[in-house]
Amino acid sequence: MSQDATAPPVAAGDLVGLQNPQGLGRKLKVAMSSSPFYMGVILALLVAFFSFLHPATFASAYNVRNIFLDASVLLILAVGTTYIMIAGGFDLSIGSVLVFSGVVAAQVMLELGTDSLLTVAVGFVVAVACGAAWGVFNGFCITKLRVSALISTLGTMGAALGAAYLVTDGNDIRTVPNALITLGHGSIGGVPWLVVITAVVSVIGGIVLHMTQFGRHTFLVGSNPEGSRRAGINVSGHLLKLYALSGLLAGFAAMLSLGRFSTTTLEGHANDPLEAITAVVLGGTALTGGRGTIIGTVVGVFIPAVLANGFIIMGIQPFWQMVVIGFVVIAAVYADQIKRQKSERM
Amino acid sequence: MTTVPAVPNVTPKGDAILQARGIVKRFGHVEALRGADFDAYAGEVTALIGDNGAGKSTLVKILSGVYAATSGQMTVDGKPVSFASPSDAHAIGIETVYQDLSVCPDLSPSANMFMGREALRPGLLGRLGFLDNPTMRRESAVAFQKLKVALKDMDAPIASLSGGQRQSVAICRAAMWAKRVVFMDEPTAALGVVQTARTLDLIRRIRDTGVAVVLISHNMRDVIQVADTVEVLRLGRRIASMRNTGITVPDLVGAMTGALDAVAEPGEQGVAA
Repeated sequence: MSQDATAPPVAAGDLVGLQNPQGLGRKLKVAMSSSPFYMGVILALLVAFFSFLHPATFASAYNVRNIFLDASVLLILAVGTTYIMIAGGFDLSIGSVLVFSGVVAAQVMLELGTDSLLTVAVGFVVAVACGAAWGVFNGFCITKLRVSALISTLGTMGAALGAAYLVTDGNDIRTVPNALITLGHGSIGGVPWLVVITAVVSVIGGIVLHMTQFGRHTFLVGSNPEGSRRAGINVSGHLLKLYALSGLLAGFAAMLSLGRFSTTTLEGHANDPLEAITAVVLGGTALTGGRGTIIGTVVGVFIPAVLANGFIIMGIQPFWQMVVIGFVVIAAVYADQIKRQKSERM
Repeated sequence: MTTVPAVPNVTPKGDAILQARGIVKRFGHVEALRGADFDAYAGEVTALIGDNGAGKSTLVKILSGVYAATSGQMTVDGKPVSFASPSDAHAIGIETVYQDLSVCPDLSPSANMFMGREALRPGLLGRLGFLDNPTMRRESAVAFQKLKVALKDMDAPIASLSGGQRQSVAICRAAMWAKRVVFMDEPTAALGVVQTARTLDLIRRIRDTGVAVVLISHNMRDVIQVADTVEVLRLGRRIASMRNTGITVPDLVGAMTGALDAVAEPGEQGVAA
């Protein structure tokens, strides 16, 4: 956001408000003290480290492509989780909602019996609608029934997965339209479609979060819900929209997952919500709400992805990635707290 | 209109900008307000005092749109009004500085100033909800300047400001949007001596912009320093309304607690010693 490009100089030299007019240098300094920056440096070091040790394998186009593909579905979920967590909420249901939406969409496309872009479009609409419906239900439980977000989404996590099993009798649907598989495996200019789509979703997510009133209200609601209510913001309505958005993105991610794996992967998404939360926290979003960035979340998604991939290439058991990331999350939040205590007065 | 006799030493400048008559508020069987009256005048500081349980905060919540009164009338500029929410009160220029400040510590001063009333870009981008940050930042700076508040940092989250500076943001926000009345709930309760003096100065500057300032306070010395009129609540009613000319702390305490009742019917002789 170029804040100053159009702003006329405000009473420069006056005592008021502007003892430190923000110049490029200052902006840079602020940006460099932020969590996304630290984590970005760590990510860059990881990439440099693995590339140096295994330039032929880690840094190969094929491998880079793989890392991006692995990260793409999770990143879409994490964008939704970023909104939810900035607003001070939680959504544990996204993995199950993804599976449910994928199952219903696959079933609908199967019964249509056609195999065209239109079939895929119908699938997208169905998946997104299913996801949004679960999201609205989450939002309803949280804002109207006043059941905590943790419990509400824990409940729908179980319910959505159970419902998915009911629809499929517990067996994965493995018949997916070729048009969707083409989308899942195709690329444009060497960049896989999935990566392009994920990038577009993330950029839009970032723009809406950081530049629009909807995004601003997300921060305000997370930082001080009672104050936001007094300021005339419809806090419940906004939270409802955010949970709907999180569910909607899970439904959208379900189609990408179907395209990539050609199956509904019933068992494959139990850890998605925790991985998304890990990524969001690594990216510097405060658990208490009110702070966070999409760029931070992008970095937070790629750190575990790069680590896992690098370990495999180095012949280290990939399970180490889980051990390392577990401790890194704790360390990152601890470092962030220390930094904040230094800069804040209470 | 009520049982309270007219108070002789009130000499209001014209008509009250905000007037309440016979306000009753019941919570179940509890009657928090039993026909309370209230007047606030433009360009004046009106202190609202009373012992705990006198109904001060209930009255302020009714006057600022947080609660609806069980019965009673309110007028603003002589016209009857009723508020269903704080937003209704905002719409006619009544703002509140809450005791907890009601600010968002994670956001910048200008984001807090425009909380819930964000400025949008002109044209299509605005209709899509895009924020006009330069305008908000500029107008915030002007508002701070007008009240001579110098913030340490215009862009950092206000969590990094001192408690006093955070309060200044909350007060400037109310002053920026208030066209008629600013309520301040115990603004000096958590402050030290120096910061209290600064806040009282700020209250005077807001008064000088021509709006009515209503100060709810337990601190009688602050009240005497800054108020033009003191309204005293006891047991859900206004029992005195005094011009701040030569009144003392014991006078106020006496009116609040009813200790003066034995000496004189409150208001009959006033309490100006």
